[in-house]
Amino acid sequence: MTNLSPERQRAMLRRMITIRRFEEIASEKFRSGDIYGVVHSYAGEEAIAVGVCEALRDGDQIISTHRGHGHCIAKGADLNRMMAELYGRADGYCKGKGGSMHIADFSIGMLGANGIVAGGISIITGAGLAAQMDGNGAVAVGFFGDGASNAGPFHESINIAAAWKLPVIYVCENNQWAVNVPALESVATPNVADRAKGYGIPGIIVDGNDVFAVHNAAVDAIARARAGQGPTIIEAKTYRHRRHTERLDQPDARPSEEVNAWLQEDKDPIQRMITTLQMQEDLLPPTVLENLKTVVENELAEAVSFAEKSPFPTKESALQDVFAE
Amino acid sequence: MTEMKELSYVDAIIEGIAEEMVVDPKIFHMSTEAPRRLQEEFGFPRVRQTPIAESALTGMAIGAAAGGYRPIVDWRLVTFCFVAMDQIVNQAAKIHYMFGGQTRFPLVFRTTVGGGTRRAAQHSQSPYSMFMQLTGLKLVLPSTPADAKGLIKTAIRDDNPVVFFEAGRLGGVKGPIPNGDVSIPFGKADVKREGKDVTVVALAWMVHEALAAAEELSKQGIEVEVIDPRTLVPLDIETIRSSVFKTGHLVIADEAPAAASVSADIAARIVEDAASFEALKAPISRVTGLDAPIPYSPSLEDYVFPDRSRIIEAIRRIL
Repeated sequence: MTNLSPERQRAMLRRMITIRRFEEIASEKFRSGDIYGVVHSYAGEEAIAVGVCEALRDGDQIISTHRGHGHCIAKGADLNRMMAELYGRADGYCKGKGGSMHIADFSIGMLGANGIVAGGISIITGAGLAAQMDGNGAVAVGFFGDGASNAGPFHESINIAAAWKLPVIYVCENNQWAVNVPALESVATPNVADRAKGYGIPGIIVDGNDVFAVHNAAVDAIARARAGQGPTIIEAKTYRHRRHTERLDQPDARPSEEVNAWLQEDKDPIQRMITTLQMQEDLLPPTVLENLKTVVENELAEAVSFAEKSPFPTKESALQDVFAE
Repeated sequence: MTEMKELSYVDAIIEGIAEEMVVDPKIFHMSTEAPRRLQEEFGFPRVRQTPIAESALTGMAIGAAAGGYRPIVDWRLVTFCFVAMDQIVNQAAKIHYMFGGQTRFPLVFRTTVGGGTRRAAQHSQSPYSMFMQLTGLKLVLPSTPADAKGLIKTAIRDDNPVVFFEAGRLGGVKGPIPNGDVSIPFGKADVKREGKDVTVVALAWMVHEALAAAEELSKQGIEVEVIDPRTLVPLDIETIRSSVFKTGHLVIADEAPAAASVSADIAARIVEDAASFEALKAPISRVTGLDAPIPYSPSLEDYVFPDRSRIIEAIRRIL
């Protein structure tokens, strides 16, 4: 259930479809050799980034993971500059220095994807500290996975945030596999959110493929943070549609029956949202949905074209930005 | 001329921080033990006593810097920061560059290095050359209270992550402090004593040992020039080269072991430059710590660390 306006619901759906199609195109362009190195697809987890970011306002900050494209798009990053960065071009967000794992847009409060598991958790905690000292009610959201919840920065950071009542929301995207290590065998408690008890803060478990459930949980946690009541852990249960990375030379340990089950329409966050919207009269007529998909397709075609036309960075630029002048 | 006051090395650093904090409200200080003067003058929330969680504090400084603040985090002993290596190496050092220079991360990590305090291996080390490999950090290593104060002010004003190494053994050593708002630029070595016969480049505690050695050799007619680089990144190699042109002899004195060290780097830079290589009249000699974790017992620790007598031996060897 949600009390979001129809416009906002359709906007959320559009963002989720944008993320899915962005990821599908990124995978395709990775296979064709236009994108280098490594790409981690967010396909299947769109409801979390969109559900949380829809609850944020300007001035709030987020930090992401190696699987970061979805968070960038959900926070409002420019698709052209994102695609150009994946292409390693001069007009990319990081001038071709970062690539898929390091897209950031500080102007919209997106503090960056991060190539180190758990690497962003303490940085976003510091952003929360800055927000608290600013005293303007802004919040900070750290996205991370079940794997990161087993690493030291999770504990150190959440302990400090809880002790200092920092306005931070820790969003664990539990896609049940840390690369090829199953959460069932590696997380000591049944749920990551259970650990919240150890910090004396709320730990909320939501269906991470239900965008409205995620959004409602985020609204509550953000309100709590803005009111000075401190951090919350939200654990969103989900599943990634793709293997850990798009590199086919790396194994995928997940059982195929498990993967297939999560690929069904009744589990897919986008299909579920469409179904929910279509159950309400006039909210999403077929023509509106088709139109929305066309708009997304055009935007992404434009992004690819922008990336293809952007030049590769000059060699000289390799030695620029080492230090701020 | 007004009389200069005296302050200890640590008090000079704290005074520098306090002066900057008065001017810039965005500066705040986090450490597991808050300096009393800062606590009294500024108090919470700008002076924070924290959990012992160096990794989180290091990352938090990055996040707060991105949010427009100028955090100072005191790791205390440098050995404690090794639990924060991901945040230092992968985040602080790289974050400006890998995001294409989008934003600035003005932050200072304070930490003490060295030994001679009978606290054994996990509380004694001089690992600054490790950090020199991490392109993206500026590295400071002062040897006097005046330099420490002037350089901490520059560190705080810098828009990059700065690691401010403090020589633990010098903490209580007093020295004159110039009056007024005196900051010292990075990348400017200081000639601590002029001499024509041999150049000794020395770091931190070893600056004082080198000066003592110079004093003794002066009585025997050998004039030693003592140079303190003061910052390792950026490193003022030109002042060292100029001195080598004059003396033709170079000794480098550092408490850290010789392998992949500041002393190795300086030696390489001097010999790979044709002019300074030509100017050398004898091989470069390094006076360094020995290859062992720092031991506890005074007889062992004093053996592992170099001192003025080893500097004198090195000078005699090449003159």
